[in-house]
Amino acid sequence: MVTAMFNGVGITGYGTYVPRMRIKIEEIARVWGKDGASLSKSLNIKEKTVAAYDEDSCTLAVEAARVACRNVDASKIGAVFVGSESPPYAVKPSSTVVAEALGSTPNMTAADLEFACKAGTAGIQSALAMVACGMIESGLAIGSDTAQGRPNDVLEFSSGSGAGAILVGKEKVIALVEATYSFSTDTPDFWRRSHAEFPKHAGRFTGKPAYFKHVAGAANRLFQELGTKAEDYDYAVFHQPNGQFPLKVGEQLGFEKEKVLPGMVTPLIGNTYSGATMIALCAVLDVAKPGQRILAVSYGSGAGSDAFSLSVTDEIENARQPVPVFEQIKDKEYVDYALYVKHRRKLKSL
Amino acid sequence: MRKVSIVGAGMTRFGEHWETSFRDLIVEAGVKALTDAQMPGQDVQAIFGGCMASSRFIAQEHIGSLIADQVGLKPIPSTRCEAACASGGVALHSGWLAIASGRYDVVVVGGVEKMTEIGTSRAALALGGAGDQEWELFNGASFPSIYALMACRHMHDYGTTEEQMASCAVKNHANAVNNEYAQYRKKITIEQVMNSGYVASPLKLFDCSPLTDGAAAVVLCASEKARKYSDAPVEIFSTSQASGTLSLASRSSFTSIDATRVAARDAFDHARLTPKDVDVAEVHDCFTIAEIMAIEDLGFFKKGEGGKVSEEGRTALNAEISVNTSGGLKACGHPVGATGVKQAVEITWQLRGEAGKRQVNGAEIGLTHNVGGSGGTAVVNLYKRGD
Repeated sequence: MVTAMFNGVGITGYGTYVPRMRIKIEEIARVWGKDGASLSKSLNIKEKTVAAYDEDSCTLAVEAARVACRNVDASKIGAVFVGSESPPYAVKPSSTVVAEALGSTPNMTAADLEFACKAGTAGIQSALAMVACGMIESGLAIGSDTAQGRPNDVLEFSSGSGAGAILVGKEKVIALVEATYSFSTDTPDFWRRSHAEFPKHAGRFTGKPAYFKHVAGAANRLFQELGTKAEDYDYAVFHQPNGQFPLKVGEQLGFEKEKVLPGMVTPLIGNTYSGATMIALCAVLDVAKPGQRILAVSYGSGAGSDAFSLSVTDEIENARQPVPVFEQIKDKEYVDYALYVKHRRKLKSL
Repeated sequence: MRKVSIVGAGMTRFGEHWETSFRDLIVEAGVKALTDAQMPGQDVQAIFGGCMASSRFIAQEHIGSLIADQVGLKPIPSTRCEAACASGGVALHSGWLAIASGRYDVVVVGGVEKMTEIGTSRAALALGGAGDQEWELFNGASFPSIYALMACRHMHDYGTTEEQMASCAVKNHANAVNNEYAQYRKKITIEQVMNSGYVASPLKLFDCSPLTDGAAAVVLCASEKARKYSDAPVEIFSTSQASGTLSLASRSSFTSIDATRVAARDAFDHARLTPKDVDVAEVHDCFTIAEIMAIEDLGFFKKGEGGKVSEEGRTALNAEISVNTSGGLKACGHPVGATGVKQAVEITWQLRGEAGKRQVNGAEIGLTHNVGGSGGTAVVNLYKRGD
């Protein structure tokens, strides 16, 4: 894929939804007889979000979308993309449910996207292209997941729930998309087969040949195409399967830790899969100042990365979400493993 | 019997080779060994290859022919040797006999295993094949649990402590720091071992050798012709292979491996040497307790003292006897079929004085000790600089 340039197209709105309930990594470890403190430290995750019994990736997406679209006429949104790996239906789109709830139907297109944890940013690219070519005025991309992890698998200690929505358009752009570049290969590091309840993964193989190769591959090529380097950016956002990988890849790419930390949400909410890069980018949009530049790189197992170079405009001051991501995260209620099992429907007799 | 020397040695980096196939590992190690010997391929007359469980790790059998084909040496005979984790050692012993007998002048001995293609639980089952299926594995035993039983008894009988076992892992990691081929080139502390979590009490994660991909190869040559290929041939002047029971329950002792003792006694007797003469040894530390038992069974230290002497640093680099300068199975890595050959590669480098920062000063006599399973097979070899 060649790097695409967009004249004047960019992000016009954003919003996130972080479920209130939290479970501490140490609480999960207690149940499985593991050393919670060292596990929490090695993952750099303190606690994770727990979506409630009556929530799913659709309802999470609607919550985030409503915030992102609060200032626009929803009927003008020409496309809604929902990226998720935990859709409530195997066949029946989540995107139409979200579009209906927003009031965007029927003169629009909608589609569900799946690319492990990067389906949200894949939606951004689709919306960008459709706006740029004049097919639609604005498009909405959402990454939303109630992430699954098999009980006692390392994924159970990291998989959280959450959603991030990015509205793309030409009017009142808050962050111009300077370019986007994608890096994709067939790399089987993490998967969930049809009808399987939980994903499987290939352990350490998910690191170097998977996450690091693709995130760095996309970022470096974007730098090359734009003639930019780490110093040219004020913030760097990376997909966050745990709290270690984004810091490490940031360091590899030459970013100071301070540029990565503003988007680091996984240590507090866990890996929200398709929501992760989206929420992290929104957290940076909460604080970025006009004129500042953001590098955002997602990662989806299987595998691929979408890299974006963004330039924040003066409009940002008029479009910040009412409750910033880190404020949403502060509003929480702890649950124990028993309640977590109930809410996440892991109790088989239910 | 003719004398046999190593005239070339080579190995791949040990670790997780996600982008290198089983056959690529073989080729890399084989070509390195032949290049080291500056030997044209047509001089090689036979191949012996150690590989434990390729059918379960990569679903490939018929490894002998595969090796000959991949390294471009067909139609010479190529034989796979399998003796669990001692496959490499048995291949080396077989290659040695083939030359000593006078049948061949030049033989390449390789060892290979690609273990990270499958998940940990399937790998554990594959490795379980080294034990007694009917008496051990079917009843729920795994290799860590079998060695854990040995460790418990050693602690009970001799007062060996978990910290003493941990000291073997710490020492081997320290050695691996200076081995560019090692899987873990990182120092660790006793505390880290102690806090690494139980796999099978009293053995913790850092008491255990890892799953590893890798290959190693040596070129063996009749000593009388060795100078044609090498300025510094290393003679294998004694080699002995012994068998023990597959299952632990059938043994008279849990704290000693009979096959090791028999092979060692035979190797030393044949060489007219004593354990005191050995300067550098690569011993089979699949678990830290295995190293402790090995240095006792090989006669370096009295039975029961292995833990204490390890803790005192008497097996560290350039101490009383330098044990596992490569980092051992624990830190250099343990691609099961390759380990026995890798040990010979390390001793070759040590006796040639090519081991860099992990060089044992004035190393004259080297020993390798390779064990299959919990002691069903043991191979002990003695090495010295060739004439």
